[in-house]
Amino acid sequence: MGKERDVRDAEFIRRWMLAMAEAVESEAKHLTDLDSAIGDADHGANLQRGFTAVAEALRAELPATPGAVLVLAGRQLISKVGGASGPLYGSLLRATGKALGDAAEADDAQLREALQAGVDAVVKLGGAQPGDKTMLDTLVPALAALADGYPAARAAAEKGAKDTIPLQARKGRASYLGERSIGHEDPGAASSALLITALAEVAADV
Amino acid sequence: MSDGKHVGVVLVSHSAAVAESVAALAAALAGGADAVPLKAAGGTPDGGFGTDADLIAAAAREADEGAGVVLLVDLGSAVLTVKALAEDDELPEGARLVDAPLVEGAVAAVVTASTGADLAAVEAAASEAYDYRKV
Repeated sequence: MGKERDVRDAEFIRRWMLAMAEAVESEAKHLTDLDSAIGDADHGANLQRGFTAVAEALRAELPATPGAVLVLAGRQLISKVGGASGPLYGSLLRATGKALGDAAEADDAQLREALQAGVDAVVKLGGAQPGDKTMLDTLVPALAALADGYPAARAAAEKGAKDTIPLQARKGRASYLGERSIGHEDPGAASSALLITALAEVAADV
Repeated sequence: MSDGKHVGVVLVSHSAAVAESVAALAAALAGGADAVPLKAAGGTPDGGFGTDADLIAAAAREADEGAGVVLLVDLGSAVLTVKALAEDDELPEGARLVDAPLVEGAVAAVVTASTGADLAAVEAAASEAYDYRKV
């Protein structure tokens, strides 16, 4: 791997966001089906609306730095989603972007640190912990595995999402279901796996 | 307050009808609360159930006379959206998410604000609505 290969610029982050928008579009029905089992059946449509707005904004204008791309994407999600995933994903991306600061490029170690700040923002906003059957059950193991590379992060994310199936929900609307939330994959954990997968695919493609 | 400014009240619900009805109820029960800047911010732009960050931020700005604004919310994304807005300074200075039940808290907040009480007093009155036991 040449040194240049792990330099992540604004265009890299834009491609990540566009890849996520595509993934959400093709998986929207699946996400909504997961959400109809334990939620209010809007996760796919909500995220699709949000990431479509992100993609439109980033096609219209590419901010100069990777941090600014993520801050813009996060702001779009907070504005457009209309469900709890809006502020949660919005905070994740925005806090990641802020942690990257004004640098024109980031290396993979810096991106990993920034993503950790993003995950910390999700914890702070939603008050959930790993094991509560939320997006954190994907993001926390994915971030831990990211030190070993993007493919490892992707595998950990996909496993984390599936590992929510036997869990009982302790946050959000699904928590009202108590034990009846057991046996279903958490929709937020599933969409978080799409986000990490999109990152891994874009990183492999550089 | 001696300068005649009132604390604003913003009611956030997943439902536009709930937010508007609670606002109407609170204003009616407060009696003569016309002076309180009271805004409902419910539902999504397409008329569906959900929360709209831009609508909430606009309502908070409109309710801001300079004496502060309390935001009362129902649940889930309403709580998270207001917190995310506050985190990024997208609400007016002196705007606060109040930990209060929506209906009872709204009545307490509007009544208290109508007396010209300051932000801390309005916030306390809304929060104390949790202490009123019904059984």
